[in-house]
Amino acid sequence: MNSFEYARPTTEREAIQLLAHKGAEVLAGGTDLLSLMKDDLASPERLVSLKRVRTLRGIQFSTGKGLRIGAMTTLQELADHPDVRQHYAALSQAAIDAGGPQIRAMGTLGGNLLQRPRCWYYRAGYGLLAQKDGKSLVPDGDNRYHAILGNAGPAYFVSPSTLAPLLIALGASVKLLGPKGSRQIELGKLYTIPTSETQREHTIEAGEILTEVLVPYDAQVRSASYEIRQRQGEDWPLAQAAVALRGNGSIRSARVVLGHVAPIPWRSEEAEAELSGKPVSEEVADAAGRAAVSKATPLSMNKHKVQLARVAVKRAILRAAGMQVEGL
Amino acid sequence: MKIRMNVNGNWREDDVEPRTLLVHYLRDVAGLTGTHVGCETSICGACTVLLNQEAVKSCTVFAVQANGAQVTTIEGLAREGKLHPLQQSFWEEHGLQCGFCTPGMILVAHQLLCRNPHPTQEEIRKGLEGNLCRCTGYQHIVKAVQSAASKMSATEPVRAVAAAG
Repeated sequence: MNSFEYARPTTEREAIQLLAHKGAEVLAGGTDLLSLMKDDLASPERLVSLKRVRTLRGIQFSTGKGLRIGAMTTLQELADHPDVRQHYAALSQAAIDAGGPQIRAMGTLGGNLLQRPRCWYYRAGYGLLAQKDGKSLVPDGDNRYHAILGNAGPAYFVSPSTLAPLLIALGASVKLLGPKGSRQIELGKLYTIPTSETQREHTIEAGEILTEVLVPYDAQVRSASYEIRQRQGEDWPLAQAAVALRGNGSIRSARVVLGHVAPIPWRSEEAEAELSGKPVSEEVADAAGRAAVSKATPLSMNKHKVQLARVAVKRAILRAAGMQVEGL
Repeated sequence: MKIRMNVNGNWREDDVEPRTLLVHYLRDVAGLTGTHVGCETSICGACTVLLNQEAVKSCTVFAVQANGAQVTTIEGLAREGKLHPLQQSFWEEHGLQCGFCTPGMILVAHQLLCRNPHPTQEEIRKGLEGNLCRCTGYQHIVKAVQSAASKMSATEPVRAVAAAG
């Protein structure tokens, strides 16, 4: 690991000034960044730890304003917060599932949303687009965990955050702060599919930091996330679906967002249309699952992910509606 | 870079490079080799220590991130030559074979029992999900944690080790 300078600002303003330096990177919990630095995939000249910036921590809730979560809030704090557990139980559960206890103690919400993809070509040093001699290694390589949607290329990795799909389904926005001031955008618009190696998988500009996540409150929303995993211990899922259903009885509107199937959290309008105006039943959930993967284009080794994504959508819908999900 | 840390009840000050990992600081600078370096990729949990009473993987924390903090390693559990109930139970229930994962297992179990003094078997397994053992098949580890839970509730409420000293 290269040596670097370590900075510990106490205010957002100071942090932004310290980040306006070539080679400066944000350090949140470090659970992903340290792995990247050990593998020489990131070699910052200056690390700016945000841990002592108090305004970036903490959770506030009111039924009028909804939930405000500071980006440096740890996953354990998010999972344990009484308002989150009461009003956003699916979010609390997703935070618990996002890693083992040690990862939840260090890992932050901001870090979870901005962690780098797990694509093994990327992690082995071939870049985010996994290219060698100008050609992607993924289509003819070991692509069992790669994208089945949004994978026309050159990006084939999958978006790693399991909290992002749920937060997008809940209609969350994020606040960003940079040298030019602050801005707020929908979380769904933060992510983008890169088309060249110089682009990132999100639209955060140089010197900007994510400061908070805002989640609206709607007493009529029922939400859930469902992850399909190889093993139950700490791991990333093979496929995930998050849903938010509005309306009692019949669904007035629905949001369905898939995780680990595309380079971005993948919103499925096909599944949402399938749910609209209908009461939840196993048949309706099943049809929504089929709709969600109707346009999937699996690669040579990941056709199984189409099936997993379909089932994840079905089970997330049934879970949100409080129905039995096992044995399907 | 100067850092100050309370390790097992004793404050110490050292000058470290920012890239020094907490586990290397504890082993090589503080001389506490009970914390093991396993995978160094934050998967196996062998390097688990308590940082302000929360279990963390010290191979994925810079020592500078622990500046000002209280750190408890496996060496900080026994009192006056007497094993901590968790250590005693791991011994009695054969919760270890090679012992490499044991310090991490015991510290994460310590956090689990602080938060939940009477865990079910399932809660114990969930609490240990960030720690790998290649010898025991986990059965005896779970039994050891159950045994420690009953020992600890029979005597005194779980004490927060990091606060002592």
